[in-house]
Amino acid sequence: MEALISLFVKAIFVENMALAFFLGMCTFIAISKKVDAAIGLGIAVIVVLTITVPVNNLLYNYLLREGALAWAGLPDVDLSFLGYLSYIGVIAAMVQILEMVLDKYMPALYNALGVFLPLITVNCAILGASLFMVNRDYGFGESVVYGLGAGVGWALAIAALAGIREKMKYSDVPEGLRGLGITFITVGLMSLGFLSFSGVQL
Amino acid sequence: MLKSTLHKLEPHFQPGGKHEKWYALFEAVDTIFYSPNSVTKSTAHVRDGIDLKRVMITVWLMTFPAMIFGMYNIGLQANLAIEGGLSMGEGWRQALIGLFAGNDPTSIWDNFWYGFWYFMPVYLTVFAVGAFWEVLFAIVRKHEINEGFFVTSVLLALTLPPTTPLWAAALGITFGVVFGKEVFGGTGKNFLNPALTGRAFLFFAYPAYMSGDAVWTAVDGFAGATALSLAADPLIGFSGMVIDAGGQAITWMDAFIGTIQGSMGEVSTLMIFIGGAVLLSMRIAAWRIVLGVFLGMVVTSTLFNLIGSDTNPMMNLPWYWHLVLGGFAFGMIFMATDPVSASMTNTGKYWFGALIGVMVVLIRVVNPAYPEGMMLAILFANLFSPLIDHFVVQRNVKRRVARVS
Repeated sequence: MEALISLFVKAIFVENMALAFFLGMCTFIAISKKVDAAIGLGIAVIVVLTITVPVNNLLYNYLLREGALAWAGLPDVDLSFLGYLSYIGVIAAMVQILEMVLDKYMPALYNALGVFLPLITVNCAILGASLFMVNRDYGFGESVVYGLGAGVGWALAIAALAGIREKMKYSDVPEGLRGLGITFITVGLMSLGFLSFSGVQL
Repeated sequence: MLKSTLHKLEPHFQPGGKHEKWYALFEAVDTIFYSPNSVTKSTAHVRDGIDLKRVMITVWLMTFPAMIFGMYNIGLQANLAIEGGLSMGEGWRQALIGLFAGNDPTSIWDNFWYGFWYFMPVYLTVFAVGAFWEVLFAIVRKHEINEGFFVTSVLLALTLPPTTPLWAAALGITFGVVFGKEVFGGTGKNFLNPALTGRAFLFFAYPAYMSGDAVWTAVDGFAGATALSLAADPLIGFSGMVIDAGGQAITWMDAFIGTIQGSMGEVSTLMIFIGGAVLLSMRIAAWRIVLGVFLGMVVTSTLFNLIGSDTNPMMNLPWYWHLVLGGFAFGMIFMATDPVSASMTNTGKYWFGALIGVMVVLIRVVNPAYPEGMMLAILFANLFSPLIDHFVVQRNVKRRVARVS
């Protein structure tokens, strides 16, 4: 239990997807102009991550890894070269379902997220979490916690960035830096703030 | 007379005058001596004798008690080490120190003079470089020179260790002023505390000069950790008092008054509170933030005390020690209350402060890499202050809507 809690905290703060690994930058920067849309997207990412990481974990453990097919009588087969394909397939399917659900029940959020909802599919943070899971050999329970934590961390970061960018409407940024330029600087400074967690051993 | 001279000069600096480019500089000098009589153009207008410039200068003045004690303490620590047989080293600083003072740790003058030559060069460098960037941006971007850099530079200088090389101090203030503030358009438009941005930049870019055991006393070859890292060391540990490298006990009173190793202006909790009391009574520093920081720290550290630990002595450090060690008091009074990077709403200020208080204890206790947590805790809370404001405002809107319907 304690190990799971520290994994959760680690995934949120120490190994923050956006501010420590700089994954998922495209959506991170594009959908952070308004706090409400950012929180909506954050929740969508949390949902997608919490589902896809464990599903990919099962896929990896029971179908793809070397010797995983022993239950089917094929102990020598190693399908791990299919990893990327299968993970992204799972993610695409999950996002498709999420999109349909949002369209039906939360049309406002659906419209606010626009094209970036299907783009969650290719959000590097999502695939990244699955690959980290494989790389670090997480079990099923760990992968649920890790997916949730990574999602919460990413959502927290994008909400904070959106808050800052809303405040920055009153800033007087030099001409050449307006828009993306200043956002990149902001994200850099934010990760300076998140450095407080680097080196934490949990 | 001064006024008439300034008036006579003014046309030259107005648009169309021959020194038009330097208007920002002229305006800064003019408003230092006389508060401007220009008024707001829209309907709402409240006029107060204290404008931003006076606020900033008050904050700047209130760092002086801590600064002066800091200088005394640099000398005290160094002279004690010299008495113990270490040499002062060679250099222009030492030559100037030797000119008017000896190395007697019991003499207030000797100590002060020693510290003066360590603090002042750093401070003047920081001030000059900070002023350079501020004026440059003001002239190029045609905004007013703002006394914010008075505060930024003194705060940055006070948080540096005594042995900071001057080039490092210059780099720190450059990063803090340019990336922490000016790229966003100057004072009031940034989201991180510029002094802390510069400090954090130095901390991560040049850790050898900013942390460790050798940087805290301005003597050759001296190695002694700060009281905070001593308390965090599992081999030494905390048992009612902190034991320093020489086997001497540092009592709570020592730490409160400030005769311990540490950054130049952060050591004396007493002196910081004297300055802080003035700022709080003038309502320049928001008491809600200070209260939030304090309560957050007390609650979190008490919680850790209750959990307890055999391997991590920081777990057992009580709240009144957290208060006097490291940069906690300095950060709480001067850094956290920066009106620009803190939360703006009243409810938000409590939460913002509490977040700092919780984070500082958390970093100190849980993160072995950084014994000092205040700087990072405040930067972290700065990131979330706009979000906190957002939620406070949203809740307010909801409550009012509910009341109407």
